[in-house]
Amino acid sequence: MASRNDVATSPGTGAADQADARIEISGLTKRFLTPAGEVFTALDGVSFTVEPGQFCAVVGPTGCGKSTTLSMVSGLDRPSEGSVRVGGREVEGITDGVSFMFQTDALLPWKTVLGNVLMGPVFRRVPKQQAQASARDWLRRVGLAGFEDRYPHQLSGGMRKRVAMAAALINEPRILIMDEPFGALDVQTKAIMSTELLSLWEQIRPSVIFITHDLDEAVALADRVVVMTSGPGSVKAVFDIDLPRPRGSVQEIRFQPRFIELQHQIWDTLREEVERAYALTAGGAA
Amino acid sequence: MTTASTASTTAIADVKDGAARTARRAARRRTALVWAGRIALAAFVIGGWQLSTMWGIVDPFFYGQPSGIWKRLVELFQHGTQFGSFYQNIWTTIQEALAGFAVGAVTGVVFGVALGQSRYLSDVLGPYIKMVNAIPRIVLGSIFIVAFGIGVTPKILLAAVLVFFIVFFNAFQGVREVDRSVLANVRVLGASRMQITRHVVVPSALTWIIASLHSAFGFAIVGALVGEVLGAQSGLGLVIKTAQNNFDPNGVFATMLVIAVIVLGAEWLIGKLERRLLSWRPPAPTEANSL
Repeated sequence: MASRNDVATSPGTGAADQADARIEISGLTKRFLTPAGEVFTALDGVSFTVEPGQFCAVVGPTGCGKSTTLSMVSGLDRPSEGSVRVGGREVEGITDGVSFMFQTDALLPWKTVLGNVLMGPVFRRVPKQQAQASARDWLRRVGLAGFEDRYPHQLSGGMRKRVAMAAALINEPRILIMDEPFGALDVQTKAIMSTELLSLWEQIRPSVIFITHDLDEAVALADRVVVMTSGPGSVKAVFDIDLPRPRGSVQEIRFQPRFIELQHQIWDTLREEVERAYALTAGGAA
Repeated sequence: MTTASTASTTAIADVKDGAARTARRAARRRTALVWAGRIALAAFVIGGWQLSTMWGIVDPFFYGQPSGIWKRLVELFQHGTQFGSFYQNIWTTIQEALAGFAVGAVTGVVFGVALGQSRYLSDVLGPYIKMVNAIPRIVLGSIFIVAFGIGVTPKILLAAVLVFFIVFFNAFQGVREVDRSVLANVRVLGASRMQITRHVVVPSALTWIIASLHSAFGFAIVGALVGEVLGAQSGLGLVIKTAQNNFDPNGVFATMLVIAVIVLGAEWLIGKLERRLLSWRPPAPTEANSL
């Protein structure tokens, strides 16, 4: 509990406990019992590591268990076999110092923008004034100063994402987990949000696991791209992205030759899996 | 150039002004038409009733008569009933209905939220609640009167039982409908079980609960009235029963009218509460927006 408070209240300590932010996923397997009584293997022996402060993108075809992996890293779900270790400690229950951003905006519609951002500190029992100040500061950082008293339904999709981003980052997480956070946005808004995410991430440098379908987005944002196979999910390949940081605008970086080269390499690996997954679902539908 | 653009701006403003005026006129016309229709319908039904009793098509001895109902209503308010003033009887019924409503709504919400969150509890208690719900609960009134006498307690209990099930099922469903990713989000943010209930589950279920309160108050009144008809010393149910025994349909209709006014009043109050508690909801798209 004490460590949670430290993380939440003193900005800039993220770098101090660097080693705590290492995520080691080894031999992760998850099986479900289907309603028909069969065992369905969603994940089969997934292993990869995210170094402290590293931005790791996970790409793979639909239904390859990406989201399942994330829920086990955050402690929302438990693995059937294998383990997730965060900072050397095995994940049991909700992992400390983790924030999660979902594809659907998980804001509380009955709370104002400020109330939504305040959730993290309130749950961690941060003193009210301190929490308020830090929530206002984070809203300013995501460019929403002046919108504190609005309700989520009064905001655009992009603005709601910013609120979610502020709500996720206000706890100064060691680990930020993002499940296709910008998947529902239009292309232009997505590019702007990605650029903003990068600049915020550079301020507090949590380790990030970022799920996406969009290979361009993955290469533009990440230090490391993990390609997963489809059903059951496992790691097919891991690519290190050596584009220099800070990367600036996500839209600009797409035209660099190195970007295009990496994008091609990864796509060659991914394509086969996507086609296989597509054939499976198309076959299932017929 | 400048003059031309100013001129065109004024022209546009004029057009906009004109459009707004036409839209307002259309809206006013529509409201007037709606009210004309409402008044015409009421005049047709009440007038038709009055005329058909006056012409002898319908016997006012059995079916009452609007003018007679009005006379009886004035009489009731002026001279009261054989068991105290009319106001006193109204107050008895309101008290019973309100107490039953409060007890039923609170227990309904508590049970609904508890069972909605606990799979085990809902698996254990679910079948029994369904069974009790299948019983015609009005009959419970007889048992309550045998057990608790003809005071206010059995009426409150009957009203509470009727209200409980409506509120319970809605609260339960409301809790079940809580968005999964919202729940996951607050759990990751470090919320405890109590915090989840307070910040997420209850506000989320509130939409359902408040919707159920609208119909629940009607049932609270039904519970109180049926209890009074079954046996009481005062209350509107007793007034109705007495009128029935005296072959006085006008008395029954007059009391019915009073009850309708009470329920509408309660409905209005619940509507106000709803707007207050659910002010975060996006406004429903109305006719006015699409004009």
